[in-house]
Amino acid sequence: MKDLYRGTLVRLSAADPEELGKTVPAWSRDTEFVRLFGTGPARLHSSRAGVEFYKKEMGQENPTHYWFSIRALDDNRLLGETDLEIENIAAGEAFIGIGIYKRDDWGKGYGSDAMRIALRYAFTELNLRRVSLTVFEYNPRAIRSYEKCGFQIEGRRRAALLKDGKRWDMIYMGILFDEWKELNNEK
Amino acid sequence: MFAIQTQLFEAKDVRFGPIDHETHPDIESRWTHDDEFMRQMELKPVRPLSPAMVKKQYEAIEKEMEEQRDLFYFTIRTREEDRFIGMASIEYVDWTNGNGFLTLGIGEPAFRRKGYGTQALNMLLRYAFGELNLFRVTAVVPAYNEGALRLFHKFGFVEEVRRRKALHRDGQFWDIIGLGLLNAEWQEQDRA
Repeated sequence: MKDLYRGTLVRLSAADPEELGKTVPAWSRDTEFVRLFGTGPARLHSSRAGVEFYKKEMGQENPTHYWFSIRALDDNRLLGETDLEIENIAAGEAFIGIGIYKRDDWGKGYGSDAMRIALRYAFTELNLRRVSLTVFEYNPRAIRSYEKCGFQIEGRRRAALLKDGKRWDMIYMGILFDEWKELNNEK
Repeated sequence: MFAIQTQLFEAKDVRFGPIDHETHPDIESRWTHDDEFMRQMELKPVRPLSPAMVKKQYEAIEKEMEEQRDLFYFTIRTREEDRFIGMASIEYVDWTNGNGFLTLGIGEPAFRRKGYGTQALNMLLRYAFGELNLFRVTAVVPAYNEGALRLFHKFGFVEEVRRRKALHRDGQFWDIIGLGLLNAEWQEQDRA
Protein backbone atom coordinates (compact mmCIF):
# COMPACT_ATOMS: atom_id res chain seq x y z
CA MET A 1 0.00 0.00 0.00
CA LYS A 2 1.42 3.36 -0.91
CA ASP A 3 1.89 6.25 1.48
CA LEU A 4 -1.42 8.08 1.52
CA TYR A 5 0.23 11.39 2.44
CA ARG A 6 3.02 11.37 -0.11
CA GLY A 7 3.03 12.85 -3.62
CA THR A 8 5.85 13.42 -6.08
CA LEU A 9 6.98 16.84 -4.78
CA VAL A 10 5.26 17.26 -1.43
CA ARG A 11 3.77 15.41 1.46
CA LEU A 12 0.95 16.25 3.85
CA SER A 13 1.78 16.38 7.54
CA ALA A 14 -0.05 17.22 10.74
CA ALA A 15 -0.43 20.95 11.20
CA ASP A 16 1.49 22.30 14.18
CA PRO A 17 -0.18 25.45 15.60
CA GLU A 18 3.10 26.66 17.17
CA GLU A 19 5.03 26.42 13.92
CA LEU A 20 2.22 27.99 11.89
CA GLY A 21 1.68 30.77 14.41
CA LYS A 22 5.34 31.72 14.21
CA THR A 23 5.58 31.73 10.41
CA VAL A 24 2.26 32.33 8.68
CA PRO A 25 1.42 35.76 10.19
CA ALA A 26 4.75 37.08 8.88
CA TRP A 27 4.15 35.63 5.41
CA SER A 28 0.67 37.16 5.43
CA ARG A 29 2.32 40.55 4.96
CA ASP A 30 2.18 39.55 1.30
CA THR A 31 -1.30 40.85 0.59
CA GLU A 32 -1.39 39.23 -2.84
CA PHE A 33 -1.26 35.87 -1.06
CA VAL A 34 -3.98 36.96 1.36
CA ARG A 35 -6.24 38.05 -1.50
CA LEU A 36 -5.73 34.80 -3.38
CA PHE A 37 -6.41 32.76 -0.26
CA GLY A 38 -9.50 34.34 1.30
CA THR A 39 -12.30 36.84 0.86
CA GLY A 40 -11.95 38.75 4.12
CA PRO A 41 -10.01 42.00 4.41
CA ALA A 42 -6.23 41.63 4.65
CA ARG A 43 -5.08 42.07 8.24
CA LEU A 44 -1.88 41.81 10.24
CA HIS A 45 -1.69 39.39 13.14
CA SER A 46 0.82 38.94 15.91
CA SER A 47 2.40 35.54 16.15
CA ARG A 48 0.62 35.05 19.49
CA ALA A 49 -2.72 35.66 17.78
CA GLY A 50 -1.58 33.28 15.03
CA VAL A 51 -0.81 30.50 17.51
CA GLU A 52 -4.17 31.04 19.21
CA PHE A 53 -5.99 31.00 15.87
CA TYR A 54 -4.37 27.79 14.72
CA LYS A 55 -4.81 26.13 18.11
CA LYS A 56 -8.49 26.91 17.98
CA GLU A 57 -8.86 25.76 14.38
CA MET A 58 -6.77 22.62 14.42
CA GLY A 59 -5.72 22.04 18.02
CA GLN A 60 -8.07 19.15 18.51
CA GLU A 61 -9.52 16.37 16.41
CA ASN A 62 -12.65 17.39 14.60
CA PRO A 63 -14.52 14.63 12.73
CA THR A 64 -15.75 17.08 10.09
CA HIS A 65 -12.62 19.17 9.57
CA TYR A 66 -9.22 17.85 8.45
CA TRP A 67 -6.17 20.13 8.39
CA PHE A 68 -2.77 19.40 6.90
CA SER A 69 0.47 21.21 6.39
CA ILE A 70 2.09 20.86 2.98
CA ARG A 71 5.85 20.15 3.16
CA ALA A 72 8.49 19.77 0.46
CA LEU A 73 9.75 16.22 0.01
CA ASP A 74 13.33 17.36 -0.67
CA ASP A 75 14.03 19.51 2.41
CA ASN A 76 10.86 19.13 4.49
CA ARG A 77 10.24 22.89 4.54
CA LEU A 78 6.75 24.21 5.22
CA LEU A 79 5.11 25.23 1.93
CA GLY A 80 1.45 25.72 2.70
CA GLU A 81 -1.74 24.27 4.09
CA THR A 82 -4.83 22.42 2.95
CA ASP A 83 -8.05 21.59 4.75
CA LEU A 84 -11.08 19.48 4.02
CA GLU A 85 -14.25 20.63 5.73
CA ILE A 86 -17.11 18.19 5.48
CA GLU A 87 -20.18 20.17 4.52
CA ASN A 88 -22.70 17.37 4.67
CA ILE A 89 -21.74 14.04 6.13
CA ALA A 90 -24.83 12.23 4.78
CA ALA A 91 -24.23 13.44 1.23
CA GLY A 92 -20.46 12.96 1.43
CA GLU A 93 -19.50 16.46 0.35
CA ALA A 94 -16.53 18.46 1.58
CA PHE A 95 -15.12 21.86 0.67
CA ILE A 96 -11.38 22.01 0.23
CA GLY A 97 -9.07 24.96 0.80
CA ILE A 98 -5.45 25.08 -0.25
CA GLY A 99 -2.70 27.67 -0.17
CA ILE A 100 1.04 27.90 -0.87
CA TYR A 101 2.30 30.66 1.43
CA LYS A 102 5.35 32.16 -0.26
CA ARG A 103 5.52 33.55 -3.77
CA ASP A 104 8.91 31.88 -4.35
CA ASP A 105 7.05 28.58 -4.08
CA TRP A 106 4.26 29.49 -6.48
CA GLY A 107 4.04 28.03 -9.97
CA LYS A 108 6.21 25.03 -9.14
CA GLY A 109 3.48 22.39 -9.04
CA TYR A 110 3.43 22.11 -5.22
CA GLY A 111 -0.24 23.09 -4.98
CA SER A 112 -1.37 20.66 -7.69
CA ASP A 113 0.61 17.84 -6.11
CA ALA A 114 -0.86 18.61 -2.67
CA MET A 115 -4.35 18.78 -4.17
CA ARG A 116 -3.93 15.33 -5.71
CA ILE A 117 -2.91 13.90 -2.32
CA ALA A 118 -5.79 15.65 -0.57
CA LEU A 119 -8.29 14.33 -3.15
CA ARG A 120 -6.96 10.81 -2.72
CA TYR A 121 -7.41 11.21 1.04
CA ALA A 122 -10.94 12.58 0.54
CA PHE A 123 -12.06 9.80 -1.79
CA THR A 124 -10.21 6.76 -0.43
CA GLU A 125 -9.98 7.46 3.29
CA LEU A 126 -12.94 9.72 4.07
CA ASN A 127 -14.95 7.97 1.32
CA LEU A 128 -16.53 11.23 0.23
CA ARG A 129 -18.70 11.45 -2.88
CA ARG A 130 -17.69 14.87 -4.04
CA VAL A 131 -15.26 17.66 -3.24
CA SER A 132 -16.11 21.32 -3.84
CA LEU A 133 -14.16 24.52 -3.75
CA THR A 134 -14.49 28.21 -4.41
CA VAL A 135 -11.85 30.21 -6.24
CA PHE A 136 -11.71 33.84 -7.28
CA GLU A 137 -11.91 35.06 -10.85
CA TYR A 138 -8.62 36.96 -10.42
CA ASN A 139 -6.76 33.73 -9.65
CA PRO A 140 -6.46 31.99 -13.05
CA ARG A 141 -3.36 30.08 -11.96
CA ALA A 142 -5.38 28.28 -9.27
CA ILE A 143 -8.27 27.60 -11.65
CA ARG A 144 -5.86 25.95 -14.12
CA SER A 145 -4.34 23.87 -11.35
CA TYR A 146 -7.75 22.67 -10.15
CA GLU A 147 -8.80 21.81 -13.71
CA LYS A 148 -5.60 19.81 -14.07
CA CYS A 149 -6.61 17.85 -10.96
CA GLY A 150 -10.03 17.08 -12.50
CA PHE A 151 -12.28 19.80 -11.06
CA GLN A 152 -15.00 21.22 -13.28
CA ILE A 153 -16.44 24.72 -13.08
CA GLU A 154 -19.99 24.43 -11.75
CA GLY A 155 -20.95 28.07 -11.80
CA ARG A 156 -20.04 31.55 -10.71
CA ARG A 157 -21.51 33.84 -8.10
CA ARG A 158 -21.55 37.01 -10.11
CA ALA A 159 -19.64 40.03 -8.82
CA ALA A 160 -19.39 38.54 -5.33
CA LEU A 161 -15.97 40.05 -4.62
CA LEU A 162 -14.90 43.68 -4.41
CA LYS A 163 -11.18 44.41 -4.48
CA ASP A 164 -9.68 47.81 -5.28
CA GLY A 165 -13.01 49.01 -6.59
CA LYS A 166 -13.47 46.21 -9.09
CA ARG A 167 -16.03 43.43 -8.95
CA TRP A 168 -15.01 39.82 -9.55
CA ASP A 169 -16.90 36.53 -9.69
CA MET A 170 -16.59 33.79 -7.10
CA ILE A 171 -16.16 30.58 -9.07
CA TYR A 172 -17.47 27.22 -7.84
CA MET A 173 -15.73 24.03 -8.86
CA GLY A 174 -16.42 20.39 -8.05
CA ILE A 175 -15.24 16.87 -8.68
CA LEU A 176 -17.27 13.70 -8.14
CA PHE A 177 -15.82 10.43 -6.91
CA ASP A 178 -16.63 8.68 -10.21
CA GLU A 179 -14.80 11.37 -12.17
CA TRP A 180 -11.79 11.14 -9.87
CA LYS A 181 -11.76 7.33 -10.20
CA GLU A 182 -11.90 7.59 -13.98
CA LEU A 183 -8.91 9.94 -13.99
CA ASN A 184 -6.87 7.81 -11.60
CA ASN A 185 -7.76 4.24 -12.56
CA GLU A 186 -4.59 3.57 -14.51
CA LYS A 187 -2.45 4.26 -11.47
CA MET B 1 -38.42 52.54 -5.28
CA PHE B 2 -40.04 52.32 -1.94
CA ALA B 3 -40.87 55.60 -0.27
CA ILE B 4 -38.78 56.14 2.84
CA GLN B 5 -42.01 56.20 4.84
CA THR B 6 -42.99 52.70 3.68
CA GLN B 7 -42.74 50.35 6.65
CA LEU B 8 -39.90 47.84 6.38
CA PHE B 9 -41.53 45.17 8.53
CA GLU B 10 -45.14 45.35 7.34
CA ALA B 11 -46.61 43.71 4.25
CA LYS B 12 -50.23 43.26 3.20
CA ASP B 13 -50.98 40.10 5.22
CA VAL B 14 -47.77 39.39 7.10
CA ARG B 15 -45.19 41.21 9.16
CA PHE B 16 -41.68 40.59 10.42
CA GLY B 17 -41.19 40.31 14.15
CA PRO B 18 -38.53 39.23 16.61
CA ILE B 19 -38.32 35.85 18.33
CA ASP B 20 -40.75 35.18 21.15
CA HIS B 21 -38.81 32.93 23.51
CA GLU B 22 -41.94 31.92 25.41
CA THR B 23 -44.34 30.79 22.71
CA HIS B 24 -42.26 30.04 19.61
CA PRO B 25 -40.23 26.99 20.75
CA ASP B 26 -43.30 24.74 20.98
CA ILE B 27 -44.54 25.83 17.57
CA GLU B 28 -41.20 25.49 15.82
CA SER B 29 -40.55 22.13 17.51
CA ARG B 30 -43.74 20.92 15.83
CA TRP B 31 -42.50 22.15 12.41
CA THR B 32 -39.22 20.27 12.82
CA HIS B 33 -41.21 17.04 12.99
CA ASP B 34 -42.51 17.76 9.47
CA ASP B 35 -39.80 16.03 7.44
CA GLU B 36 -41.16 17.23 4.11
CA PHE B 37 -40.91 20.86 5.21
CA MET B 38 -37.51 20.34 6.80
CA ARG B 39 -36.08 18.72 3.68
CA GLN B 40 -37.06 21.78 1.69
CA MET B 41 -35.35 24.03 4.21
CA GLU B 42 -32.30 22.03 5.23
CA LEU B 43 -29.51 20.53 3.16
CA LYS B 44 -28.02 18.70 6.13
CA PRO B 45 -29.75 15.62 7.59
CA VAL B 46 -33.00 16.69 9.19
CA ARG B 47 -33.89 15.79 12.76
CA PRO B 48 -36.81 16.59 15.02
CA LEU B 49 -36.02 19.11 17.75
CA SER B 50 -37.56 19.40 21.19
CA PRO B 51 -38.82 22.81 22.34
CA ALA B 52 -35.75 23.02 24.61
CA MET B 53 -33.44 22.48 21.62
CA VAL B 54 -35.29 25.14 19.62
CA LYS B 55 -34.93 27.49 22.59
CA LYS B 56 -31.18 26.93 22.53
CA GLN B 57 -31.08 27.68 18.80
CA TYR B 58 -32.92 30.94 19.40
CA GLU B 59 -30.36 31.92 22.00
CA ALA B 60 -27.55 31.10 19.57
CA ILE B 61 -29.25 33.16 16.86
CA GLU B 62 -29.58 36.21 19.10
CA LYS B 63 -25.99 35.83 20.30
CA GLU B 64 -24.78 35.76 16.72
CA MET B 65 -26.91 38.78 15.79
CA GLU B 66 -25.43 40.68 18.72
CA GLU B 67 -21.80 39.60 18.57
CA GLN B 68 -21.02 38.73 14.95
CA ARG B 69 -23.38 41.21 13.34
CA ASP B 70 -23.58 38.99 10.28
CA LEU B 71 -27.09 37.65 10.84
CA PHE B 72 -30.50 39.30 10.54
CA TYR B 73 -33.30 37.01 11.63
CA PHE B 74 -37.03 37.61 11.47
CA THR B 75 -40.10 35.66 12.40
CA ILE B 76 -42.99 35.89 9.97
CA ARG B 77 -46.38 36.55 11.55
CA THR B 78 -49.86 37.08 10.21
CA ARG B 79 -51.11 40.62 10.64
CA GLU B 80 -54.62 39.46 11.36
CA GLU B 81 -54.03 37.22 14.39
CA ASP B 82 -50.32 37.88 14.99
CA ARG B 83 -49.77 34.19 14.47
CA PHE B 84 -46.21 32.82 14.07
CA ILE B 85 -46.13 31.06 10.68
CA GLY B 86 -42.52 31.09 9.48
CA MET B 87 -39.07 32.65 9.48
CA ALA B 88 -36.79 34.61 7.18
CA SER B 89 -33.17 35.61 7.50
CA ILE B 90 -30.14 37.17 5.87
CA GLU B 91 -27.10 35.23 7.07
CA TYR B 92 -23.34 35.08 6.59
CA VAL B 93 -23.34 38.78 5.72
CA ASP B 94 -19.96 39.67 4.26
CA TRP B 95 -19.71 43.43 4.71
CA THR B 96 -16.42 43.79 2.86
CA ASN B 97 -17.87 42.47 -0.39
CA GLY B 98 -21.54 43.26 0.19
CA ASN B 99 -22.92 39.72 0.13
CA GLY B 100 -25.58 37.88 2.11
CA PHE B 101 -27.46 34.57 1.99
CA LEU B 102 -31.24 34.43 2.28
CA THR B 103 -33.38 31.85 4.00
CA LEU B 104 -37.17 31.78 4.04
CA GLY B 105 -39.73 29.25 5.20
CA ILE B 106 -43.43 29.04 5.99
CA GLY B 107 -43.56 26.34 8.65
CA GLU B 108 -47.27 26.37 9.39
CA PRO B 109 -48.89 24.03 6.82
CA ALA B 110 -52.20 25.89 6.54
CA PHE B 111 -50.37 29.04 5.49
CA ARG B 112 -48.31 27.60 2.62
CA ARG B 113 -49.01 28.41 -1.04
CA LYS B 114 -51.04 31.47 -0.15
CA GLY B 115 -48.60 34.14 -1.25
CA TYR B 116 -47.23 34.83 2.23
CA GLY B 117 -43.76 33.67 1.17
CA THR B 118 -43.87 36.15 -1.70
CA GLN B 119 -44.76 38.99 0.65
CA ALA B 120 -42.01 37.93 3.07
CA LEU B 121 -39.38 37.71 0.32
CA ASN B 122 -40.38 41.14 -0.92
CA MET B 123 -39.73 42.56 2.56
CA LEU B 124 -36.53 40.57 2.95
CA LEU B 125 -35.09 41.90 -0.34
CA ARG B 126 -35.99 45.45 0.49
CA TYR B 127 -34.26 45.02 3.86
CA ALA B 128 -31.15 43.49 2.25
CA PHE B 129 -30.85 46.09 -0.51
CA GLY B 130 -32.56 49.16 0.91
CA GLU B 131 -31.49 48.94 4.55
CA LEU B 132 -28.30 46.84 4.70
CA ASN B 133 -27.19 48.16 1.29
CA LEU B 134 -25.88 44.77 0.20
CA PHE B 135 -24.51 44.54 -3.33
CA ARG B 136 -25.98 41.09 -3.96
CA VAL B 137 -27.79 38.21 -2.25
CA THR B 138 -27.65 34.45 -2.73
CA ALA B 139 -30.20 31.71 -2.10
CA VAL B 140 -29.14 28.06 -1.97
CA VAL B 141 -31.89 25.59 -2.89
CA PRO B 142 -32.03 21.83 -3.50
CA ALA B 143 -33.04 21.07 -7.11
CA TYR B 144 -36.22 19.27 -5.97
CA ASN B 145 -37.59 22.36 -4.22
CA GLU B 146 -39.56 23.60 -7.21
CA GLY B 147 -41.66 25.99 -5.16
CA ALA B 148 -38.61 27.87 -3.92
CA LEU B 149 -37.02 27.94 -7.38
CA ARG B 150 -40.23 29.41 -8.84
CA LEU B 151 -40.43 32.00 -6.09
CA PHE B 152 -36.83 33.17 -6.47
CA HIS B 153 -37.07 33.24 -10.27
CA LYS B 154 -40.20 35.36 -9.95
CA PHE B 155 -38.10 37.94 -8.13
CA GLY B 156 -35.47 37.94 -10.88
CA PHE B 157 -32.91 35.60 -9.29
CA VAL B 158 -30.57 33.96 -11.79
CA GLU B 159 -29.25 30.42 -11.46
CA GLU B 160 -25.51 30.90 -10.93
CA VAL B 161 -24.12 27.70 -9.45
CA ARG B 162 -25.10 24.04 -9.68
CA ARG B 163 -23.19 21.75 -7.31
CA ARG B 164 -23.75 18.47 -9.13
CA LYS B 165 -25.18 15.59 -7.11
CA ALA B 166 -24.33 17.31 -3.85
CA LEU B 167 -27.43 15.90 -2.11
CA HIS B 168 -28.31 12.26 -1.57
CA ARG B 169 -31.85 11.65 -0.39
CA ASP B 170 -34.10 8.61 -0.71
CA GLY B 171 -31.51 6.92 -2.88
CA GLN B 172 -31.45 9.75 -5.38
CA PHE B 173 -28.82 12.36 -6.13
CA TRP B 174 -29.79 15.97 -6.49
CA ASP B 175 -27.98 19.14 -7.48
CA ILE B 176 -27.75 22.06 -5.09
CA ILE B 177 -28.58 25.26 -6.91
CA GLY B 178 -27.20 28.69 -6.03
CA LEU B 179 -29.34 31.61 -7.16
CA GLY B 180 -28.19 35.22 -7.14
CA LEU B 181 -29.77 38.64 -7.40
CA LEU B 182 -27.82 41.89 -7.59
CA ASN B 183 -29.03 45.06 -5.93
CA ALA B 184 -28.87 46.79 -9.35
CA GLU B 185 -31.10 44.11 -10.91
CA TRP B 186 -33.59 44.43 -8.08
CA GLN B 187 -33.77 48.22 -8.51
CA GLU B 188 -34.09 47.82 -12.27
CA GLN B 189 -37.19 45.57 -12.07
CA ASP B 190 -38.69 47.96 -9.58
CA ARG B 191 -38.64 50.71 -12.16
CA ALA B 192 -39.96 48.47 -14.95
